[in-house]
Amino acid sequence: MSEQKQVWVFIEHTDGQVADVSLELTGKARELADQLGYEVVGLLCGHNVDALAQDVIQHGADRVLLADDPELDLYRTLTYARVAITEAKKRQPEIFLIGGTPNGRDFAPRVASALRCGLTADCTDLQIGDYTRKDVTYKNLLHQIRPAFGGNLIATIVNPNTRPQMATVREGVMRKPAADASRKGVVEKVTPVFEPGDLALEVLSRQIRKSTVKLKDASVIVAGGAGVDGAEEFALLRDLANLLGGEVGASRAAVDAGYIEKAHQIGQTGSTVRPRLYIAAGISGAIQHRAGMDQSSKIIAINTDPNAPMFQIAHYRIVGDVGEVLPMIIKTLRERSMDQREAE
Amino acid sequence: MTDSRPIHSVVLVKQVPDTHNITGEVMSKDGTMNRGALPAIFNPEDLNALEMALEIKDRFGGTVTVITMGPPKAAGILRDSLFRGADNVVLLTDRKFAGADTLATSYVLQHAVQKVGNFDLVLCGRQAIDGDTAQVGPQTAEKLGIPQITYAETVIDIADGKITAERALDSGSEIVRCKLPCLLTVVNTANTPRPASVRLQMERKLAAVPSEYPAIRAQWPEFETDEALDAYLAAHDLKIPVWSADDIGTAEGSIGLAGSPTQVHKVNFVVLESTESKTIAPTPEAIAAMVAELVHEYIVG
Repeated sequence: MSEQKQVWVFIEHTDGQVADVSLELTGKARELADQLGYEVVGLLCGHNVDALAQDVIQHGADRVLLADDPELDLYRTLTYARVAITEAKKRQPEIFLIGGTPNGRDFAPRVASALRCGLTADCTDLQIGDYTRKDVTYKNLLHQIRPAFGGNLIATIVNPNTRPQMATVREGVMRKPAADASRKGVVEKVTPVFEPGDLALEVLSRQIRKSTVKLKDASVIVAGGAGVDGAEEFALLRDLANLLGGEVGASRAAVDAGYIEKAHQIGQTGSTVRPRLYIAAGISGAIQHRAGMDQSSKIIAINTDPNAPMFQIAHYRIVGDVGEVLPMIIKTLRERSMDQREAE
Repeated sequence: MTDSRPIHSVVLVKQVPDTHNITGEVMSKDGTMNRGALPAIFNPEDLNALEMALEIKDRFGGTVTVITMGPPKAAGILRDSLFRGADNVVLLTDRKFAGADTLATSYVLQHAVQKVGNFDLVLCGRQAIDGDTAQVGPQTAEKLGIPQITYAETVIDIADGKITAERALDSGSEIVRCKLPCLLTVVNTANTPRPASVRLQMERKLAAVPSEYPAIRAQWPEFETDEALDAYLAAHDLKIPVWSADDIGTAEGSIGLAGSPTQVHKVNFVVLESTESKTIAPTPEAIAAMVAELVHEYIVG
């Protein structure tokens, strides 16, 4: 067993593929580990998944802990948590990163509770830094950075006294590194030992839809919020997105209002996007939303409230009603494409 | 032959600032939030959890006990729970609980649920809107040593000591069967919470914790002393029990700030980077010019 301190990543997978978020976090773990001289360890649970270990290594892991067992075929809280808890107690990782997916958010708190360690949900940044409290300085802690208190605040959370320092991060927040086929790593098999209670839950059936929403790769996103007046007006966003070859996004308010499904939500608890153009229609711009889109190359904000925070990060500010402004943009684009056709 | 027996549920709820309705007035000029301007509400998904427990009681019989940890004013959501049909409610309040992170909170809830005892199901909302962590449910399940079904959307059946439920996942759904007792976290698509019953509201409108007695007596002067009101409420089963840290037997080092492994290192006000920005008038001409500029920069087209 390695004596080196470890940064762990929980490796999720479906249909024989490692989840993007797990590879993104492997890349982030590599950066953190390089600063500290630690090793990056992927925790891979499943059945017949040994082929996935190399993918994890090629994205930055030094070691993969492979727990392969029929009881681990489908994700279940207690069987997966048992492997993590047993191995973490044995190996004492310093840091443990988990994707902010439905399974990751089911798994992480269960494990954190058993290990009695701190866990920070939906971090938007992770750094290494110090922390001083009551004249005691803790060196090289994981700074877990997330929007907080429902307001315009960014909190840096630390866990000075407990290990591992656990954090979940949503898909798309960290950048996925390119695979390096020349990277070598160790695949270490671990044999899970379950307790009877770990098998209390059976999965009777599982239906997974392939998501048709491709926000992460969209070059243009037209997103609506509470300032969109009703589902009919929201349809204007779809028209504009179609014209621009983009996708429709939404703030949480628009999802809660039932204008569009949750899969379109952008922000801390939705998707993180970096399109070429982001049109924020009637989105006031709470920090949670901005966390998911503020790296867009160009932002157009449309809002009746001239003090909406979104205007402060927008490149084009339009103080006006979404129902009036969007049709103007649509009309301009339609006329341009007609002019183009005539010219050809 | 399946065995169906009454199901005793404990529902964990939270009073939260209504962060969904943040408006311009709530945000101060310096970018901070004026929390006082936000009304305190029943955490929305906790209402879905309460509704699921009440539906289980309607189907199988049993009881519904609602617990909240918070300041005395959180008694408001317990009264609301009574109006909707909860059988028992408990307020966990103690200055020593203050500053708890999710781990310390789950430890307190574990002890409260164990003090209630004799439970088949523990239910709570998937997450609270003031933090969105979705951690307290699974952490409480782990502390209680019971399995968890997160994102529960439908209870299909409860029989032979097992619950069959459908879970809503981002990308699909899953049907699971789990031994009781277990903990469910409930999503907002599970149901439409029933409104308060007018009859229960009439019967239970005086339900209160002691710190609310002065306000009640101001409205109902016939109760001349707190003691008189207390005796009346006790006789009519309207006294909301209040449990402290000592009442539930928690260890000092495991609650509140001391029991919280996470610490806030610093809080930064978000300084919005001033971007090179242009104000565009909401007129067809100005918008056409903006589109032309975007086309010129190859952003569009």
